[in-house]
Amino acid sequence: MTCTEFLAQMTDYFDGDVEPQLLEEIQSHLCECHHCEILVDTTRKTIRVYRDHQVYDLTDEVRERTVARIMAACTTPRA
Amino acid sequence: MPPVVEQPGVEEVHPDVALVDAARHGDTAAFEKLVRQYDRQIFRVAQHITQNREDAEDITQDVFMKAYGKLDQFQGNSKFSTWLTRIAVNESLMRLRKRKTSRTVSMDQDVQTEEGSIPRDFADWTPDPEQQYGTSELGEILQKTIAGLSPGFRTVFTLRDIENLSTEETATALGLSVPAVKSRLLRARLQLRERLSRYMKRKDGSIKP
Repeated sequence: MTCTEFLAQMTDYFDGDVEPQLLEEIQSHLCECHHCEILVDTTRKTIRVYRDHQVYDLTDEVRERTVARIMAACTTPRA
Repeated sequence: MPPVVEQPGVEEVHPDVALVDAARHGDTAAFEKLVRQYDRQIFRVAQHITQNREDAEDITQDVFMKAYGKLDQFQGNSKFSTWLTRIAVNESLMRLRKRKTSRTVSMDQDVQTEEGSIPRDFADWTPDPEQQYGTSELGEILQKTIAGLSPGFRTVFTLRDIENLSTEETATALGLSVPAVKSRLLRARLQLRERLSRYMKRKDGSIKP
């Protein structure tokens, strides 16, 4: 397997969505290719760091205000 | 506790379906439960796409108001959260277009770029990002880095990798095919990794043997 062929399979590999024989080929490539090994490790870290550190979130105050506005609009009888 | 009896052929009904049904019949408490279940997720999606906190707050409000008015149109073919996300994505892109200050305002613009599609940086990230930076500094780096992606790429990364939607749910929410989601996701991940590498690689720039 070449690096380009591995790259084409990387999304399915991350999803655990590859046939056993292909998985074997991928694992064998990763054992031999240090660049692709680093690529997998740093891409996994990229996903994990974004998942673990929500960069945007509603503060409790804004959240309560937003919910109150939504519910007020939903309970107001339409003209 | 009685054993769970599996009934072949009977599909599991998502708890949201009952809440949506109750809300349709005027039960506002049921709708409020749905709002509180998904408001944070909708807000995050909106802010990732618009990159603007005020817009994201307005969009969150608009999404639930629209959803309430259109509850009869929810067919239940997808999850309620996926349906809401689709409304949020459309509202966010519309907001970007209205602002007109953004270079790119559609899901399709800029996705043809080859930038980052071929990995160039193979430096190891050692130690882990959390060990290299404090929480607030890391937060700033993450914000700055994802903001540099085009809306099409940051939307697919947000839904699939940050909000943990499945590939199929992401495709439904974006109105794209599964292969298109996979292709964009690969490029979004590679671009983001490449950009983050500038901050995360070993300080001496060397590659571990």
